[in-house]
Amino acid sequence: MDILYKVFIEPFVFMGEAPDLLIQTLWEGLVSGVLYALIALGFVLIFKASGVFNFAQGIMVVFAALILVGLYEKGVPAFLALILAALAMLVLAVVVERVVLRPLVNQPDIILFMATFGLTYLLIGFGELIFGGNPREMITEALLLPQGTTEIDALGGSIRIQHLDVAAAVIASLMIGLLAVFFSKTRIGRALRAVADSHKAALSVGISLNQIWVIVWFAAGLVALVAGIMWGARSGVSFSLQIIALKALPVLILGGFTSIPGAIIGGLIIGVGEKLGEFYWGPLVGGGIETWLAYVIALLFLLYRPQGLFGEKIIERI
Amino acid sequence: MSFRKLSLGLAAATMLAGTAVPAFAQDSIYVPLFTYRTGAFAGSGTYIADGMHDYLEMLNQRDGGIGGVKLVLEECETGYDTKKGVECYESVKGKNPVLVNPWSTGITLPLIPRASVDKIPILSMAYGLSASARGDIFPWVFNPPSTYWDGLSMIIRYIGEKEGGLEKLKGKKIGFIHLDAAFGKEPIPLLQELAKDIGFEVALYPVAAQDMQNQSSQWLSARRDRPDYMIMWGWGSMNGAAVKEAVRSGYPMDKFYSVWWPSEDDARAGGAGAKGFKMLNWHAVGTNFPALQDIQKHVVDKGLSKSPKDKVGDLLYNRGVYNSLLIAEAIATAQKITGKKAVTGEDVRRGLENIKLDPARLKELGLEGFTEQLVLSCSDHNGHRPAFMQEWDGAKWVKISDPIEPMTDRVKAQLDAAAKDYAEKNAGWPKRTEPCDKAS
Repeated sequence: MDILYKVFIEPFVFMGEAPDLLIQTLWEGLVSGVLYALIALGFVLIFKASGVFNFAQGIMVVFAALILVGLYEKGVPAFLALILAALAMLVLAVVVERVVLRPLVNQPDIILFMATFGLTYLLIGFGELIFGGNPREMITEALLLPQGTTEIDALGGSIRIQHLDVAAAVIASLMIGLLAVFFSKTRIGRALRAVADSHKAALSVGISLNQIWVIVWFAAGLVALVAGIMWGARSGVSFSLQIIALKALPVLILGGFTSIPGAIIGGLIIGVGEKLGEFYWGPLVGGGIETWLAYVIALLFLLYRPQGLFGEKIIERI
Repeated sequence: MSFRKLSLGLAAATMLAGTAVPAFAQDSIYVPLFTYRTGAFAGSGTYIADGMHDYLEMLNQRDGGIGGVKLVLEECETGYDTKKGVECYESVKGKNPVLVNPWSTGITLPLIPRASVDKIPILSMAYGLSASARGDIFPWVFNPPSTYWDGLSMIIRYIGEKEGGLEKLKGKKIGFIHLDAAFGKEPIPLLQELAKDIGFEVALYPVAAQDMQNQSSQWLSARRDRPDYMIMWGWGSMNGAAVKEAVRSGYPMDKFYSVWWPSEDDARAGGAGAKGFKMLNWHAVGTNFPALQDIQKHVVDKGLSKSPKDKVGDLLYNRGVYNSLLIAEAIATAQKITGKKAVTGEDVRRGLENIKLDPARLKELGLEGFTEQLVLSCSDHNGHRPAFMQEWDGAKWVKISDPIEPMTDRVKAQLDAAAKDYAEKNAGWPKRTEPCDKAS
């Protein structure tokens, strides 16, 4: 009975007793969730356009952030470095399309997936060769990102809001909104959807597959740059940041691999879910459940919606 | 290609491969350096690797090696990955290394049973298995100058003194944020034992390697539990992220302590709010020592170092220097004991057991005042030396305490039990047959 009380009653009693901590946990979860959504969005964009699960998305986050910081350290002004980092992601998109995707057209998806594995390790090695393995600090101030903390006394305690987290949530939301509009309302967006439905049908109506791939990889590169800036500002820029990208996996399982709204909602559910889980239920098993809890949440959703929250239901007639 | 040609080609390739990795000749001493300049832990590993390499290279450049024998230095990149570390070990063991430095508790553990078989001593400097300090049970493993258990007991002693006595810790809560790996878990048994004996409460906050840069949950939990003190056992990017999160969550930094691994960069990551953060250390920072100046002159200025010039003398760089000081001293002592110039792993094991780094010897080596004296022996492979507390003042580490003695009485009992337990659990653990030198 004691364990039932600890699982089903005590956490909720504590939520009622310390509502400030509940709000703080929800806020931290929302901020993490928006950032997870941003990383997941990079995966979704590429998956929609080419059916490839881009394993390299995580290292693209690190790579973009390192280029930005590296250029700034070399004396390039921050905003020029930002533009140059974005251009570097464009170059990467072109190179990936030419060297990796184009020669592998019509190959099974697993081959393309393995190619992104290769790309990951290539970028890790290349990045370490150029920038070294030492962690770096994100150029938060130079990019005019707000710093500091506002402490709000409320609900019998206090809630600490980091200005940087507010900026991260706002910028990530804007980025997600812009991309959603771009891919749903513009000509390129329609072309992307056509490519996602059928490569052959898209080619038959004159859509350039190569062009779409470059655009999509570039968009994923920009998303990686923004994610790199935001995560980097929170916890430093190092190669271990790429591991955080794995957090996008449960987000994708939950939200569906092809849905932009799915990535957003999935990100928020995972972000909030793992923080609440770790904070209120983690102590029951000695803590450290955050790492796998996200997958449990995703799998629970899958029991009811195997295609994910917003994924396309595939019906194959035999 | 016919089968015959293929066979001949393979045979030729095998012969070439065999000649490409010779055991090192009698006119040199082979010292492999396990390092990690890549991966998630490179932020700590790179500085240490530079310090280790540069000190030994300085001896090569300045003195022509040790006792007139050139040191052959070879780095093997482990990425702080246990599997790669063991691969490194396998790749170097045929080249007659005089010792190995695993530079990871995770890598050290699987090497411990191999050391006595391969006759290669393991130097796990202030990390690894705490119980391996017992030379009678682990004759091939050395972990000076302090074990993790010594380190933890020093922090608890320091905190206790701040409170007005160890007994004043009764009823307090101590948070322990640690990397959820062999290294981070190593001091937990002692912490729990001390909690039981003294009467304080422990709250554990494990950080998985994949969440090193995503610690908001741990620090939210710390806010919930309100620990009176936080102690950190972190490595790589975990340290900097923890300092940042501690500042973000408003944890009082003067109550935040760490074992000896954070670097200047880690503390700097927390910005101005990181002032007051404390950690243990046992050696000096800076280059105000003749040996360090020789490194600059003979290695750095000649372009033989991978370290940026401004990082020479930093905390973890000097940690690497200390590690190589032990290597060099073990080799020099082995030469003295055996009368041989090109010593072997077996000789260097004896050298390690006879290390006597007293103030006179440190002065002779150009490191007067760099560190406390260290004397190892046949039975004591650690030294259990005191460390001091240093505090981050926003720009640099400042020494704020005299040497803090470990709680030897408490640590020793735990250590003996753990060493006995290790030998029992590893069926057939060999009894020590290596004789002790008279001096040790």
